[in-house]
Amino acid sequence: MLSVALRHAFAGFTLDAAFQAPAGLTALFGRSGSGKTTIVNAVAGLLRPQSGRVTVQDIVLTDSDRGIFLPPHRRGIGYVFQDARLFPHLTVRQNLLYGHWFTARGRPSDLPRVVEMLGIGPLLTRRPAALSGGERQRVAIGRALLSHPRLLLMDEPLAALDQPRKDEILPYLERLRDQAGLPILYVSHSTAEVARLATTVVLLDRGRVTAAGPVAALLSDPAVAPLLGLAEAGAVLTARVEAHECDGLTRLAAPAGPLFLPRIAAPIGALLRLRILAQDVMIATVPPQGISALNVIPARVRDLSPAGDSVLVRLEAGDQVILSRITARSAAALDLRPGLPVHAVLKAVSVAPGTIGVSGG
Amino acid sequence: MTDWLTPEAWQAVRLSLEVSLWAVAASLPLGILVAYALARWRFPGHGLLNGLVHLPLVLPPVVTGYLLLLTFGRRGWVGQWLDQIGIVFAFRWTGAALAAAIMAFPLMVRAIRLAIEAVDPRLEQAASTLGAPRLWVFLTVTLPLILPGILAGAILAFAKAMGEFGATITFVSNIPGQTQTLPSAIYAFLQVPGGEAAAARLVLIAVAVAMAALFLSEWLSRLIARRIRGA
Repeated sequence: MLSVALRHAFAGFTLDAAFQAPAGLTALFGRSGSGKTTIVNAVAGLLRPQSGRVTVQDIVLTDSDRGIFLPPHRRGIGYVFQDARLFPHLTVRQNLLYGHWFTARGRPSDLPRVVEMLGIGPLLTRRPAALSGGERQRVAIGRALLSHPRLLLMDEPLAALDQPRKDEILPYLERLRDQAGLPILYVSHSTAEVARLATTVVLLDRGRVTAAGPVAALLSDPAVAPLLGLAEAGAVLTARVEAHECDGLTRLAAPAGPLFLPRIAAPIGALLRLRILAQDVMIATVPPQGISALNVIPARVRDLSPAGDSVLVRLEAGDQVILSRITARSAAALDLRPGLPVHAVLKAVSVAPGTIGVSGG
Repeated sequence: MTDWLTPEAWQAVRLSLEVSLWAVAASLPLGILVAYALARWRFPGHGLLNGLVHLPLVLPPVVTGYLLLLTFGRRGWVGQWLDQIGIVFAFRWTGAALAAAIMAFPLMVRAIRLAIEAVDPRLEQAASTLGAPRLWVFLTVTLPLILPGILAGAILAFAKAMGEFGATITFVSNIPGQTQTLPSAIYAFLQVPGGEAAAARLVLIAVAVAMAALFLSEWLSRLIARRIRGA
Protein backbone atom coordinates (compact mmCIF):
# COMPACT_ATOMS: atom_id res chain seq x y z
CA MET A 1 0.00 0.00 0.00
CA LEU A 2 1.35 3.37 -1.07
CA SER A 3 0.09 6.44 0.69
CA VAL A 4 0.79 9.88 -0.74
CA ALA A 5 0.01 13.39 0.48
CA LEU A 6 1.86 16.23 -1.23
CA ARG A 7 1.86 19.99 -1.48
CA HIS A 8 4.19 21.78 -3.81
CA ALA A 9 3.82 25.22 -5.37
CA PHE A 10 5.33 26.01 -8.73
CA ALA A 11 5.01 29.33 -10.53
CA GLY A 12 1.35 29.41 -11.54
CA PHE A 13 0.56 25.88 -10.43
CA THR A 14 0.05 24.27 -7.05
CA LEU A 15 0.03 20.57 -6.50
CA ASP A 16 -2.09 19.56 -3.54
CA ALA A 17 -2.94 15.90 -3.77
CA ALA A 18 -3.50 12.98 -1.44
CA PHE A 19 -4.42 9.41 -2.32
CA GLN A 20 -3.74 5.80 -1.49
CA ALA A 21 -2.70 3.10 -3.91
CA PRO A 22 -3.60 -0.44 -2.84
CA ALA A 23 -2.12 -3.59 -4.38
CA GLY A 24 -2.41 -3.89 -8.15
CA LEU A 25 -2.00 -1.11 -10.65
CA THR A 26 -3.05 2.39 -9.70
CA ALA A 27 -3.42 4.72 -12.64
CA LEU A 28 -2.75 8.42 -12.19
CA PHE A 29 -4.96 9.80 -14.87
CA GLY A 30 -5.28 13.36 -16.09
CA ARG A 31 -4.47 15.83 -18.82
CA SER A 32 -0.87 16.92 -19.34
CA GLY A 33 -0.01 19.55 -16.78
CA SER A 34 -2.29 18.05 -14.15
CA GLY A 35 0.67 17.14 -11.94
CA LYS A 36 0.99 13.41 -12.64
CA THR A 37 4.72 13.39 -13.30
CA THR A 38 5.35 15.75 -10.39
CA ILE A 39 3.68 13.26 -8.07
CA VAL A 40 5.64 10.33 -9.44
CA ASN A 41 8.91 12.27 -9.16
CA ALA A 42 8.10 13.17 -5.57
CA VAL A 43 7.38 9.53 -4.76
CA ALA A 44 10.69 8.53 -6.38
CA GLY A 45 12.57 11.19 -4.43
CA LEU A 46 13.66 13.08 -7.55
CA LEU A 47 11.66 16.08 -6.36
CA ARG A 48 11.58 17.26 -2.78
CA PRO A 49 8.06 18.47 -2.06
CA GLN A 50 7.59 21.63 0.00
CA SER A 51 5.46 19.60 2.34
CA GLY A 52 3.99 16.15 2.41
CA ARG A 53 4.24 12.56 3.47
CA VAL A 54 4.89 9.46 1.38
CA THR A 55 4.87 5.95 2.81
CA VAL A 56 5.18 2.53 1.19
CA GLN A 57 4.29 -0.53 3.24
CA ASP A 58 4.66 1.53 6.43
CA ILE A 59 8.14 2.69 5.45
CA VAL A 60 8.30 6.48 5.60
CA LEU A 61 10.01 7.86 2.48
CA THR A 62 9.13 11.51 2.91
CA ASP A 63 7.75 13.30 5.92
CA SER A 64 8.27 17.03 5.86
CA ASP A 65 6.97 17.45 9.41
CA ARG A 66 9.67 15.19 10.74
CA GLY A 67 12.28 16.36 8.26
CA ILE A 68 12.54 12.94 6.60
CA PHE A 69 13.51 12.79 2.95
CA LEU A 70 15.11 9.58 1.74
CA PRO A 71 17.34 10.07 -1.32
CA PRO A 72 16.21 8.17 -4.44
CA HIS A 73 18.81 5.44 -4.16
CA ARG A 74 17.60 4.44 -0.70
CA ARG A 75 13.90 4.24 -1.53
CA GLY A 76 13.77 0.89 -3.26
CA ILE A 77 11.41 2.20 -5.90
CA GLY A 78 11.64 1.15 -9.52
CA TYR A 79 10.98 3.87 -12.07
CA VAL A 80 10.19 3.25 -15.72
CA PHE A 81 10.50 6.54 -17.56
CA GLN A 82 8.65 7.60 -20.67
CA ASP A 83 11.98 7.68 -22.52
CA ALA A 84 13.49 4.37 -21.41
CA ARG A 85 16.74 6.04 -20.26
CA LEU A 86 18.87 2.97 -20.81
CA PHE A 87 22.58 3.47 -20.27
CA PRO A 88 24.03 3.81 -23.78
CA HIS A 89 27.47 2.52 -22.85
CA LEU A 90 26.20 -0.74 -21.37
CA THR A 91 24.74 -3.81 -23.06
CA VAL A 92 21.15 -4.84 -22.43
CA ARG A 93 22.35 -7.46 -19.97
CA GLN A 94 24.48 -4.94 -18.08
CA ASN A 95 21.58 -2.51 -18.06
CA LEU A 96 19.29 -5.17 -16.63
CA LEU A 97 21.74 -6.06 -13.87
CA TYR A 98 22.62 -2.46 -12.99
CA GLY A 99 20.32 -2.23 -9.98
CA HIS A 100 21.48 -5.63 -8.86
CA TRP A 101 24.75 -4.28 -7.53
CA PHE A 102 22.95 -2.18 -4.97
CA THR A 103 20.23 -4.41 -3.65
CA ALA A 104 20.49 -6.99 -0.94
CA ARG A 105 17.13 -8.47 -1.79
CA GLY A 106 17.79 -9.72 -5.30
CA ARG A 107 19.23 -12.97 -6.54
CA PRO A 108 20.99 -13.36 -9.89
CA SER A 109 18.59 -16.22 -10.62
CA ASP A 110 15.84 -13.63 -11.11
CA LEU A 111 17.38 -12.56 -14.40
CA PRO A 112 16.16 -15.53 -16.50
CA ARG A 113 12.65 -15.21 -15.07
CA VAL A 114 12.38 -11.49 -15.86
CA VAL A 115 14.02 -11.93 -19.27
CA GLU A 116 11.51 -14.65 -20.10
CA MET A 117 8.51 -12.68 -18.85
CA LEU A 118 9.48 -9.69 -21.01
CA GLY A 119 10.66 -11.69 -24.00
CA ILE A 120 14.04 -9.94 -24.21
CA GLY A 121 16.29 -13.01 -24.31
CA PRO A 122 17.62 -12.40 -27.84
CA LEU A 123 18.57 -8.80 -27.00
CA LEU A 124 20.92 -9.41 -24.07
CA THR A 125 24.19 -8.76 -25.88
CA ARG A 126 22.97 -5.72 -27.81
CA ARG A 127 23.42 -2.05 -26.98
CA PRO A 128 20.42 0.22 -26.42
CA ALA A 129 21.07 2.10 -29.68
CA ALA A 130 20.39 -1.11 -31.60
CA LEU A 131 16.93 -1.63 -30.05
CA SER A 132 13.50 -0.55 -31.24
CA GLY A 133 11.40 1.73 -29.05
CA GLY A 134 9.28 -1.13 -27.80
CA GLU A 135 12.29 -3.28 -27.02
CA ARG A 136 13.93 -0.43 -25.15
CA GLN A 137 10.85 0.04 -23.01
CA ARG A 138 10.70 -3.65 -22.17
CA VAL A 139 14.36 -3.61 -21.15
CA ALA A 140 13.66 -0.55 -19.00
CA ILE A 141 10.83 -2.41 -17.28
CA GLY A 142 13.11 -5.40 -16.70
CA ARG A 143 15.86 -3.18 -15.34
CA ALA A 144 13.47 -1.59 -12.85
CA LEU A 145 12.09 -5.00 -11.80
CA LEU A 146 15.56 -6.45 -11.23
CA SER A 147 16.36 -3.71 -8.74
CA HIS A 148 13.74 -5.51 -6.62
CA PRO A 149 11.62 -2.50 -5.84
CA ARG A 150 8.89 -2.24 -3.23
CA LEU A 151 6.90 -0.20 -5.68
CA LEU A 152 7.06 0.34 -9.42
CA LEU A 153 6.51 3.77 -10.95
CA MET A 154 5.69 4.03 -14.63
CA ASP A 155 5.47 7.44 -16.23
CA GLU A 156 3.55 7.03 -19.49
CA PRO A 157 5.77 4.14 -20.56
CA LEU A 158 3.83 3.77 -23.81
CA ALA A 159 3.37 7.41 -24.75
CA ALA A 160 6.38 7.56 -27.05
CA LEU A 161 5.39 4.41 -28.95
CA ASP A 162 3.12 3.83 -31.91
CA GLN A 163 0.08 1.56 -31.64
CA PRO A 164 1.73 -1.71 -32.78
CA ARG A 165 4.53 -1.16 -30.23
CA LYS A 166 1.94 -0.42 -27.54
CA ASP A 167 0.11 -3.63 -28.35
CA GLU A 168 3.44 -5.40 -28.09
CA ILE A 169 4.02 -4.16 -24.53
CA LEU A 170 0.53 -4.11 -23.01
CA PRO A 171 0.37 -7.88 -22.43
CA TYR A 172 3.65 -7.68 -20.50
CA LEU A 173 2.25 -4.92 -18.32
CA GLU A 174 -0.82 -7.03 -17.60
CA ARG A 175 1.37 -9.96 -16.66
CA LEU A 176 3.38 -7.68 -14.45
CA ARG A 177 0.28 -6.44 -12.68
CA ASP A 178 -1.03 -9.96 -12.16
CA GLN A 179 2.17 -11.86 -11.44
CA ALA A 180 4.83 -9.64 -9.96
CA GLY A 181 2.78 -8.90 -6.88
CA LEU A 182 4.16 -5.42 -6.38
CA PRO A 183 2.10 -2.25 -6.40
CA ILE A 184 2.43 -0.16 -9.55
CA LEU A 185 1.77 3.55 -9.89
CA TYR A 186 1.10 4.19 -13.55
CA VAL A 187 0.81 7.60 -15.16
CA SER A 188 -1.39 7.81 -18.22
CA HIS A 189 -3.61 10.12 -20.16
CA SER A 190 -5.20 7.40 -22.25
CA THR A 191 -8.56 6.09 -21.05
CA ALA A 192 -8.12 2.93 -23.10
CA GLU A 193 -4.88 2.16 -21.29
CA VAL A 194 -6.42 2.90 -17.90
CA ALA A 195 -9.51 0.76 -18.64
CA ARG A 196 -7.29 -2.08 -19.68
CA LEU A 197 -4.63 -1.97 -17.00
CA ALA A 198 -5.81 -0.20 -13.88
CA THR A 199 -7.04 -1.74 -10.68
CA THR A 200 -7.53 1.64 -9.06
CA VAL A 201 -7.81 5.02 -10.72
CA VAL A 202 -6.81 8.40 -9.29
CA LEU A 203 -8.12 11.25 -11.38
CA LEU A 204 -6.10 14.47 -11.35
CA ASP A 205 -7.00 17.91 -12.55
CA ARG A 206 -4.75 20.96 -12.14
CA GLY A 207 -2.84 19.47 -9.27
CA ARG A 208 -5.80 18.15 -7.34
CA VAL A 209 -7.38 14.72 -6.98
CA THR A 210 -10.89 15.00 -8.40
CA ALA A 211 -11.92 11.36 -8.02
CA ALA A 212 -10.39 8.07 -6.94
CA GLY A 213 -11.59 4.49 -6.67
CA PRO A 214 -11.68 1.02 -8.23
CA VAL A 215 -11.54 1.19 -12.02
CA ALA A 216 -14.93 -0.39 -12.75
CA ALA A 217 -16.80 1.90 -10.36
CA LEU A 218 -14.90 5.00 -11.40
CA LEU A 219 -15.12 4.65 -15.17
CA SER A 220 -18.86 3.98 -14.98
CA ASP A 221 -19.51 6.84 -12.56
CA PRO A 222 -21.61 9.49 -14.34
CA ALA A 223 -20.10 12.19 -12.15
CA VAL A 224 -16.65 11.30 -13.45
CA ALA A 225 -17.65 10.99 -17.11
CA PRO A 226 -17.32 14.71 -17.90
CA LEU A 227 -13.78 14.62 -16.51
CA LEU A 228 -12.84 11.70 -18.74
CA GLY A 229 -14.60 13.12 -21.75
CA LEU A 230 -18.06 11.81 -22.64
CA ALA A 231 -16.80 9.82 -25.58
CA GLU A 232 -14.49 7.91 -23.25
CA ALA A 233 -17.02 7.15 -20.52
CA GLY A 234 -18.03 3.54 -20.18
CA ALA A 235 -18.06 0.45 -18.07
CA VAL A 236 -15.34 -2.10 -17.48
CA LEU A 237 -16.51 -5.70 -16.99
CA THR A 238 -14.72 -8.88 -16.17
CA ALA A 239 -15.76 -12.00 -18.05
CA ARG A 240 -14.58 -15.59 -18.40
CA VAL A 241 -14.13 -17.40 -21.70
CA GLU A 242 -16.67 -20.24 -21.71
CA ALA A 243 -16.64 -21.68 -25.19
CA HIS A 244 -15.47 -21.09 -28.73
CA GLU A 245 -18.57 -21.83 -30.79
CA CYS A 246 -18.52 -23.33 -34.26
CA ASP A 247 -19.92 -20.25 -36.00
CA GLY A 248 -16.85 -18.25 -35.08
CA LEU A 249 -18.11 -16.64 -31.90
CA THR A 250 -16.71 -16.88 -28.42
CA ARG A 251 -19.12 -17.19 -25.54
CA LEU A 252 -18.16 -15.33 -22.37
CA ALA A 253 -19.70 -15.59 -18.96
CA ALA A 254 -20.09 -12.24 -17.26
CA PRO A 255 -22.00 -11.59 -14.05
CA ALA A 256 -24.47 -9.67 -16.19
CA GLY A 257 -25.16 -12.71 -18.39
CA PRO A 258 -23.61 -14.45 -21.40
CA LEU A 259 -21.88 -12.31 -24.01
CA PHE A 260 -21.01 -13.26 -27.58
CA LEU A 261 -18.00 -11.80 -29.29
CA PRO A 262 -16.12 -12.53 -32.50
CA ARG A 263 -13.56 -15.25 -31.88
CA ILE A 264 -11.09 -14.25 -29.15
CA ALA A 265 -7.69 -15.85 -29.08
CA ALA A 266 -7.80 -16.84 -25.44
CA PRO A 267 -8.08 -20.27 -23.86
CA ILE A 268 -11.28 -21.44 -22.22
CA GLY A 269 -11.37 -20.35 -18.61
CA ALA A 270 -9.29 -17.23 -19.19
CA LEU A 271 -10.48 -14.04 -17.55
CA LEU A 272 -10.85 -11.05 -19.84
CA ARG A 273 -11.41 -7.43 -19.19
CA LEU A 274 -14.06 -5.89 -21.41
CA ARG A 275 -14.70 -2.25 -22.04
CA ILE A 276 -18.15 -1.08 -23.06
CA LEU A 277 -18.34 2.58 -24.00
CA ALA A 278 -21.48 4.40 -22.86
CA GLN A 279 -22.16 5.58 -26.41
CA ASP A 280 -22.23 1.96 -27.61
CA VAL A 281 -25.09 0.96 -25.30
CA MET A 282 -28.74 1.34 -26.38
CA ILE A 283 -31.67 0.95 -24.03
CA ALA A 284 -34.93 -0.87 -24.80
CA THR A 285 -37.85 -1.01 -22.37
CA VAL A 286 -39.26 -4.16 -24.02
CA PRO A 287 -37.20 -7.15 -25.20
CA PRO A 288 -35.98 -6.08 -28.62
CA GLN A 289 -36.98 -8.36 -31.50
CA GLY A 290 -35.66 -8.64 -34.99
CA ILE A 291 -32.40 -6.95 -34.09
CA SER A 292 -28.93 -7.86 -35.27
CA ALA A 293 -27.18 -7.09 -32.00
CA LEU A 294 -26.17 -10.31 -30.27
CA ASN A 295 -25.64 -8.96 -26.83
CA VAL A 296 -28.81 -7.90 -25.12
CA ILE A 297 -28.62 -7.91 -21.37
CA PRO A 298 -31.50 -7.58 -18.98
CA ALA A 299 -30.78 -4.77 -16.55
CA ARG A 300 -32.36 -2.28 -14.21
CA VAL A 301 -32.01 1.51 -14.24
CA ARG A 302 -30.07 2.74 -11.24
CA ASP A 303 -29.99 6.45 -11.95
CA LEU A 304 -29.95 9.07 -14.68
CA SER A 305 -27.58 12.01 -14.89
CA PRO A 306 -27.79 14.76 -17.47
CA ALA A 307 -24.49 15.36 -19.25
CA GLY A 308 -24.60 18.15 -21.78
CA ASP A 309 -27.23 17.39 -24.40
CA SER A 310 -27.32 13.74 -23.45
CA VAL A 311 -28.20 11.65 -20.45
CA LEU A 312 -25.96 9.10 -18.80
CA VAL A 313 -27.95 6.13 -17.54
CA ARG A 314 -26.40 3.78 -15.06
CA LEU A 315 -27.73 0.24 -15.48
CA GLU A 316 -27.31 -2.60 -13.04
CA ALA A 317 -26.85 -6.06 -14.50
CA GLY A 318 -25.95 -8.80 -12.07
CA ASP A 319 -23.57 -7.07 -9.70
CA GLN A 320 -21.98 -5.05 -12.49
CA VAL A 321 -22.73 -1.59 -13.75
CA ILE A 322 -23.11 -0.68 -17.40
CA LEU A 323 -23.19 2.92 -18.49
CA SER A 324 -25.34 4.09 -21.36
CA ARG A 325 -25.38 7.44 -23.02
CA ILE A 326 -28.63 8.38 -24.77
CA THR A 327 -30.28 11.60 -25.86
CA ALA A 328 -32.45 13.51 -23.44
CA ARG A 329 -35.33 13.05 -25.88
CA SER A 330 -35.00 9.25 -25.78
CA ALA A 331 -34.79 9.28 -22.01
CA ALA A 332 -38.03 11.23 -21.83
CA ALA A 333 -39.77 9.15 -24.54
CA LEU A 334 -38.91 5.90 -22.77
CA ASP A 335 -39.88 7.42 -19.42
CA LEU A 336 -36.70 6.03 -17.83
CA ARG A 337 -36.59 6.23 -14.07
CA PRO A 338 -34.67 4.47 -11.31
CA GLY A 339 -35.76 0.88 -10.75
CA LEU A 340 -37.23 0.41 -14.23
CA PRO A 341 -36.34 -2.99 -15.78
CA VAL A 342 -34.86 -2.52 -19.23
CA HIS A 343 -32.69 -4.28 -21.82
CA ALA A 344 -29.24 -3.03 -22.60
CA VAL A 345 -28.27 -3.51 -26.23
CA LEU A 346 -24.50 -3.57 -26.62
CA LYS A 347 -23.45 -2.35 -30.06
CA ALA A 348 -19.75 -2.87 -29.42
CA VAL A 349 -17.63 -4.50 -26.79
CA SER A 350 -13.90 -4.12 -26.90
CA VAL A 351 -11.65 -6.76 -25.51
CA ALA A 352 -8.13 -6.00 -24.63
CA PRO A 353 -6.38 -8.44 -26.98
CA GLY A 354 -4.35 -11.00 -25.12
CA THR A 355 -5.72 -9.96 -21.75
CA ILE A 356 -5.10 -13.09 -19.82
CA GLY A 357 -5.01 -13.37 -16.12
CA VAL A 358 -6.87 -12.02 -13.18
CA SER A 359 -7.90 -8.48 -13.77
CA GLY A 360 -9.36 -5.80 -11.62
CA GLY A 361 -8.37 -6.39 -8.01
CA MET B 1 69.56 10.34 -33.50
CA THR B 2 72.06 11.49 -30.89
CA ASP B 3 73.93 13.25 -33.68
CA TRP B 4 70.81 15.01 -34.75
CA LEU B 5 70.15 16.37 -31.25
CA THR B 6 72.79 17.38 -28.73
CA PRO B 7 72.59 15.68 -25.31
CA GLU B 8 71.55 19.01 -23.87
CA ALA B 9 68.66 19.29 -26.31
CA TRP B 10 67.63 15.71 -25.66
CA GLN B 11 67.59 16.44 -21.97
CA ALA B 12 65.27 19.36 -22.56
CA VAL B 13 62.87 17.21 -24.61
CA ARG B 14 62.87 14.47 -21.99
CA LEU B 15 62.37 16.93 -19.17
CA SER B 16 59.51 18.56 -21.01
CA LEU B 17 57.80 15.20 -21.53
CA GLU B 18 58.22 14.34 -17.86
CA VAL B 19 57.10 17.73 -16.62
CA SER B 20 54.03 17.67 -18.88
CA LEU B 21 53.06 14.13 -17.93
CA TRP B 22 53.28 14.93 -14.24
CA ALA B 23 51.47 18.22 -14.69
CA VAL B 24 48.54 16.47 -16.41
CA ALA B 25 48.45 13.39 -14.20
CA ALA B 26 48.50 15.39 -10.98
CA SER B 27 45.95 17.98 -12.03
CA LEU B 28 43.51 15.60 -13.75
CA PRO B 29 41.49 14.55 -10.65
CA LEU B 30 41.10 18.19 -9.61
CA GLY B 31 40.27 19.10 -13.21
CA ILE B 32 37.45 16.51 -13.29
CA LEU B 33 36.10 17.71 -9.95
CA VAL B 34 36.16 21.38 -10.97
CA ALA B 35 34.61 20.58 -14.37
CA TYR B 36 31.84 18.60 -12.64
CA ALA B 37 31.21 21.38 -10.13
CA LEU B 38 31.03 23.99 -12.89
CA ALA B 39 28.79 21.82 -15.08
CA ARG B 40 26.39 20.40 -12.49
CA TRP B 41 26.41 22.31 -9.23
CA ARG B 42 24.95 25.70 -8.50
CA PHE B 43 26.69 27.33 -5.56
CA PRO B 44 27.70 30.80 -4.45
CA GLY B 45 31.03 31.63 -6.04
CA HIS B 46 30.29 29.61 -9.20
CA GLY B 47 31.22 32.58 -11.38
CA LEU B 48 34.29 33.34 -9.32
CA LEU B 49 35.56 29.74 -9.63
CA ASN B 50 34.94 29.82 -13.36
CA GLY B 51 36.89 33.08 -13.60
CA LEU B 52 39.79 31.77 -11.53
CA VAL B 53 40.09 28.65 -13.64
CA HIS B 54 40.20 30.67 -16.82
CA LEU B 55 42.48 33.40 -15.49
CA PRO B 56 45.77 31.82 -16.70
CA LEU B 57 44.32 31.78 -20.22
CA VAL B 58 44.09 35.58 -20.38
CA LEU B 59 46.72 36.74 -17.88
CA PRO B 60 50.23 37.43 -19.28
CA PRO B 61 52.18 34.22 -18.48
CA VAL B 62 54.87 36.28 -16.83
CA VAL B 63 52.27 37.52 -14.34
CA THR B 64 51.17 33.97 -13.57
CA GLY B 65 54.82 32.98 -13.09
CA TYR B 66 55.45 35.93 -10.80
CA LEU B 67 52.35 35.15 -8.73
CA LEU B 68 53.54 31.54 -8.46
CA LEU B 69 56.91 32.77 -7.25
CA LEU B 70 55.22 34.95 -4.63
CA THR B 71 53.03 32.07 -3.47
CA PHE B 72 55.18 28.95 -3.91
CA GLY B 73 58.67 30.46 -3.74
CA ARG B 74 60.79 29.45 -0.77
CA ARG B 75 59.65 32.56 1.08
CA GLY B 76 56.15 32.56 -0.40
CA TRP B 77 53.26 32.08 2.01
CA VAL B 78 52.50 28.56 0.79
CA GLY B 79 56.06 27.69 -0.24
CA GLN B 80 57.42 28.49 3.22
CA TRP B 81 55.01 26.08 4.79
CA LEU B 82 55.57 23.37 2.14
CA ASP B 83 59.33 23.78 2.60
CA GLN B 84 58.98 22.53 6.18
CA ILE B 85 57.46 19.26 5.02
CA GLY B 86 60.08 18.85 2.32
CA ILE B 87 58.19 19.95 -0.77
CA VAL B 88 60.02 22.53 -2.84
CA PHE B 89 58.77 24.04 -6.09
CA ALA B 90 61.09 26.96 -6.65
CA PHE B 91 63.83 26.35 -9.26
CA ARG B 92 63.01 22.62 -9.44
CA TRP B 93 61.38 20.53 -12.16
CA THR B 94 58.39 20.17 -9.80
CA GLY B 95 57.91 23.91 -10.09
CA ALA B 96 57.96 23.62 -13.88
CA ALA B 97 55.26 20.95 -13.57
CA LEU B 98 53.18 23.21 -11.30
CA ALA B 99 53.46 26.14 -13.69
CA ALA B 100 52.57 23.90 -16.65
CA ALA B 101 49.61 22.41 -14.77
CA ILE B 102 48.17 25.81 -13.93
CA MET B 103 48.63 27.15 -17.45
CA ALA B 104 47.03 24.02 -18.98
CA PHE B 105 44.20 23.78 -16.43
CA PRO B 106 41.66 25.96 -18.29
CA LEU B 107 41.95 23.86 -21.45
CA MET B 108 41.56 20.64 -19.50
CA VAL B 109 38.55 21.86 -17.53
CA ARG B 110 36.84 23.23 -20.64
CA ALA B 111 37.05 19.94 -22.51
CA ILE B 112 35.85 17.86 -19.57
CA ARG B 113 33.08 20.31 -18.73
CA LEU B 114 31.74 20.14 -22.28
CA ALA B 115 31.68 16.35 -22.06
CA ILE B 116 29.84 16.42 -18.74
CA GLU B 117 27.30 18.89 -20.06
CA ALA B 118 26.59 16.54 -22.96
CA VAL B 119 25.60 13.73 -20.57
CA ASP B 120 21.86 13.64 -20.01
CA PRO B 121 21.32 14.18 -16.25
CA ARG B 122 18.19 12.06 -16.57
CA LEU B 123 20.44 9.02 -17.05
CA GLU B 124 22.01 9.82 -13.69
CA GLN B 125 18.53 10.11 -12.16
CA ALA B 126 17.65 6.72 -13.59
CA ALA B 127 20.78 5.25 -12.01
CA SER B 128 19.87 6.69 -8.62
CA THR B 129 16.36 5.20 -8.77
CA LEU B 130 18.05 1.85 -9.37
CA GLY B 131 19.76 2.18 -6.01
CA ALA B 132 23.13 3.66 -6.95
CA PRO B 133 24.58 6.15 -4.45
CA ARG B 134 25.87 9.43 -5.89
CA LEU B 135 29.51 8.43 -6.18
CA TRP B 136 28.53 5.18 -7.89
CA VAL B 137 26.33 7.04 -10.33
CA PHE B 138 29.35 9.13 -11.21
CA LEU B 139 31.71 6.17 -11.51
CA THR B 140 29.40 3.86 -13.47
CA VAL B 141 27.39 6.26 -15.63
CA THR B 142 28.92 9.73 -15.86
CA LEU B 143 32.59 8.75 -15.94
CA PRO B 144 32.36 6.11 -18.70
CA LEU B 145 30.32 8.50 -20.84
CA ILE B 146 32.80 11.38 -20.42
CA LEU B 147 35.94 9.29 -20.72
CA PRO B 148 36.69 10.43 -24.28
CA GLY B 149 36.22 14.04 -23.09
CA ILE B 150 38.62 13.47 -20.22
CA LEU B 151 41.20 12.00 -22.59
CA ALA B 152 40.73 14.86 -25.02
CA GLY B 153 41.15 17.38 -22.20
CA ALA B 154 44.23 15.60 -20.90
CA ILE B 155 45.88 15.49 -24.33
CA LEU B 156 45.15 19.15 -24.96
CA ALA B 157 46.53 20.01 -21.54
CA PHE B 158 49.61 17.90 -22.23
CA ALA B 159 50.28 19.78 -25.46
CA LYS B 160 49.79 23.09 -23.71
CA ALA B 161 52.15 22.00 -20.91
CA MET B 162 54.79 21.00 -23.47
CA GLY B 163 54.71 24.51 -24.84
CA GLU B 164 54.58 26.43 -21.58
CA PHE B 165 57.30 29.05 -21.46
CA GLY B 166 56.55 32.41 -19.83
CA ALA B 167 55.27 31.28 -16.44
CA THR B 168 57.87 28.52 -16.25
CA ILE B 169 60.88 30.70 -16.94
CA THR B 170 59.62 33.35 -14.50
CA PHE B 171 58.91 30.86 -11.73
CA VAL B 172 61.72 28.30 -12.03
CA SER B 173 64.21 29.99 -14.41
CA ASN B 174 66.10 28.14 -17.16
CA ILE B 175 68.56 25.72 -15.57
CA PRO B 176 69.78 23.01 -17.99
CA GLY B 177 68.94 19.56 -16.65
CA GLN B 178 66.81 21.05 -13.89
CA THR B 179 64.21 23.36 -15.28
CA GLN B 180 65.18 23.79 -18.93
CA THR B 181 62.16 22.57 -20.83
CA LEU B 182 61.84 22.37 -24.60
CA PRO B 183 60.68 25.99 -25.11
CA SER B 184 63.32 27.29 -22.70
CA ALA B 185 65.95 25.32 -24.59
CA ILE B 186 64.81 26.82 -27.90
CA TYR B 187 65.02 30.23 -26.31
CA ALA B 188 68.51 29.46 -24.95
CA PHE B 189 69.77 28.19 -28.34
CA LEU B 190 68.54 31.33 -30.02
CA GLN B 191 70.54 33.45 -27.57
CA VAL B 192 73.90 31.96 -28.67
CA PRO B 193 75.52 32.43 -32.09
CA GLY B 194 75.20 29.33 -34.30
CA GLY B 195 72.42 27.89 -32.21
CA GLU B 196 69.75 28.29 -34.92
CA ALA B 197 70.14 24.78 -36.31
CA ALA B 198 69.67 23.14 -32.91
CA ALA B 199 66.76 25.46 -32.20
CA ALA B 200 65.13 24.58 -35.52
CA ARG B 201 65.28 20.84 -34.70
CA LEU B 202 63.56 21.47 -31.39
CA VAL B 203 60.97 23.61 -33.13
CA LEU B 204 60.20 20.67 -35.43
CA ILE B 205 59.67 18.43 -32.41
CA ALA B 206 57.43 21.00 -30.75
CA VAL B 207 55.29 21.35 -33.87
CA ALA B 208 54.99 17.59 -34.28
CA VAL B 209 53.91 17.06 -30.68
CA ALA B 210 51.36 19.88 -30.85
CA MET B 211 49.86 18.66 -34.13
CA ALA B 212 49.61 15.07 -32.94
CA ALA B 213 47.90 16.19 -29.74
CA LEU B 214 45.40 18.37 -31.60
CA PHE B 215 44.47 15.57 -34.01
CA LEU B 216 44.11 13.02 -31.23
CA SER B 217 41.99 15.38 -29.16
CA GLU B 218 39.74 16.19 -32.12
CA TRP B 219 39.25 12.50 -32.90
CA LEU B 220 38.40 11.73 -29.28
CA SER B 221 35.85 14.49 -29.03
CA ARG B 222 34.11 13.09 -32.09
CA LEU B 223 34.10 9.76 -30.29
CA ILE B 224 32.27 11.27 -27.30
CA ALA B 225 29.50 12.59 -29.46
CA ARG B 226 29.01 9.14 -30.95
CA ARG B 227 29.21 7.42 -27.60
CA ILE B 228 26.62 9.68 -26.01
CA ARG B 229 24.30 9.17 -28.93
CA GLY B 230 24.80 5.51 -28.11
CA ALA B 231 26.09 4.14 -31.40
